[in-house]
Amino acid sequence: MTAAEPASLEVRLRQTHPIPLDATFTCRAGQLLALVGPSGSGKTTILRAIAGLVEVADGRIACNGQAWLDRAAGVHLAPQARRVGLVFQDYALFPHMTAAENVATPLRHLPPDERTRRARELLDLVNLKGLEERRPEALSGGQRQRVALARALAREPAVLLLDEPFSAVDQMTRERLKRELVALRARLRIPIVLVTHDLNEAVALADRMVVLYRGETLQEGPPEDIRQRPLSPIVARLVGQTNVFHGTVVRSSAPGRHGLIAWRGHQVEVVSTGDFAESSNVSWLVPSDHIVLHRRDRPSLGERENPVSGTIVEMAGMGEQTSMLVAVAGQTSEHDRSTLNFRVPTHTARRNQLAPGVVVTLSLLAAGIHLMPPEAAAGGP
Amino acid sequence: MDWSAFQISLKLAAWTSLLLLPVGILAGRALAWTPFRGRTAVEAAIMLPLVLPPTVLGYYLLVGLGPQSLVGSGLERATGRGLVFTFEGILVASMIFNIPFAIQPMQRAFEAIPANLREAAWVSGLSSFETFVRVELPLAWPGLVSATALVFAHTLGEFGVILMVGGNIPGETQTLAIAVYDRVQAFENSAAAAMAAVLLAFSFFAIFVVHLTTGRRRRHDRG
Repeated sequence: MTAAEPASLEVRLRQTHPIPLDATFTCRAGQLLALVGPSGSGKTTILRAIAGLVEVADGRIACNGQAWLDRAAGVHLAPQARRVGLVFQDYALFPHMTAAENVATPLRHLPPDERTRRARELLDLVNLKGLEERRPEALSGGQRQRVALARALAREPAVLLLDEPFSAVDQMTRERLKRELVALRARLRIPIVLVTHDLNEAVALADRMVVLYRGETLQEGPPEDIRQRPLSPIVARLVGQTNVFHGTVVRSSAPGRHGLIAWRGHQVEVVSTGDFAESSNVSWLVPSDHIVLHRRDRPSLGERENPVSGTIVEMAGMGEQTSMLVAVAGQTSEHDRSTLNFRVPTHTARRNQLAPGVVVTLSLLAAGIHLMPPEAAAGGP
Repeated sequence: MDWSAFQISLKLAAWTSLLLLPVGILAGRALAWTPFRGRTAVEAAIMLPLVLPPTVLGYYLLVGLGPQSLVGSGLERATGRGLVFTFEGILVASMIFNIPFAIQPMQRAFEAIPANLREAAWVSGLSSFETFVRVELPLAWPGLVSATALVFAHTLGEFGVILMVGGNIPGETQTLAIAVYDRVQAFENSAAAAMAAVLLAFSFFAIFVVHLTTGRRRRHDRG
């Protein structure tokens, strides 16, 4: 982000107690930023801190240049003074009010008839026309989520905060709600912060992603960048990369020349070794979509690229895709994993008669291989 | 039927319920949501009137409110009326005796309100007071009804502590429950029977109301 574009929401939080936090990120108007991390990583705490519902020892939260929290300057605005729209994980609808009354609650500054009109408009916006007089108990999970969203928007928020908004609904409703959010997003010119533990959700919805681990922001950037180029093995695992291994740089890459790393007796060709010098230890990953299965009957194109052979140890059908785990042949190392995880179309698995125990040859595509600093001996998720 | 005793009983029950209502709401809410040191001790102290013999409570009230006490003598100097053997005295005694019934149901009712509903109200721009009026009270309503009905019924049924603090003065401190005792002592069984029936009906109605409101809340929770 360049300095010329002022961020709409700036967040910097630091504390050691009761939950350690060391988080910094920004989110511009119109952007959807996803906070992802395992449970206990502090993502919900950060969201609540933005809304003013939890105290944080040190930090600054500013929206459009106005400080909502500035510990150094002694500023700490109450939630009522912050103009945030917050969709709670369980929606937190007022059970004694109808859908329309729930949505009208943040509109108490308006005259009654205008309040009602606006509440109806908002319910219409989230496709709940006709359900205005229903109480939350008479609404489905997806409908409740929409009422919660309409109530959050009724505040005319400067920032929209979504805490795991899709976790309490079934799969079909979830997909529909996601599509609606994408459509709604285009109409809202405000920063949107989404908390989720579901990486696919972040990749599908967010422009930017902040990876949190134990309260710390480990990496910020476009979801696909982080997925392909994580800064560390921890981030790699947090964003769902399972094929993370140790290796040693044998030859640095140079313009027009691929680098080489040694791994379990193989020489793995990589497009770039980055800043890593020859003979330095590295962690490296190959995304599962950069692993190519060779046909067993005849060699196929690309088989010369980092061929490794191994034995299928596990297969799990997941509908159209079959996930498999292949134990790679070669030298063993006590610190290193030796299995590659990837997916093939189920019909491919069937045609090639793949089954546990079958020996297969794979190519690890050099373009996808990414090098990271070696993992510390302790820690990691 | 002793109408003056009936009137005193109703007056005492009404005032006790009314005066304990804000106490129950504020204390119940604080106990439900505000963590503080010594909370368990406070909760135990609140429950004390339930297990203490009424005579023991009455004795301490006599000592604490009597003409020799700081409170009693001060009040007598200020108003010309003491607390012992007066309606005001039995009202104070009745309020203290009913504290568990006023606070407990309210505390349970406030505890049943999810914390994030209040947060949702704040984030919606409602002040703490607006949140209390628009969100907390409507949701704590069954507890409020239940506490009031219990206090009312329990006050009608008070005996020992009233006798200790108020004595048995017709038209001043003689409640229906004491009048029943009085008539039985005087072998006027038919008068006692009528009053006993009235007390029975009132008590049943009060408990019925309590069950009705808490029963509705249970159904609501399931929905």
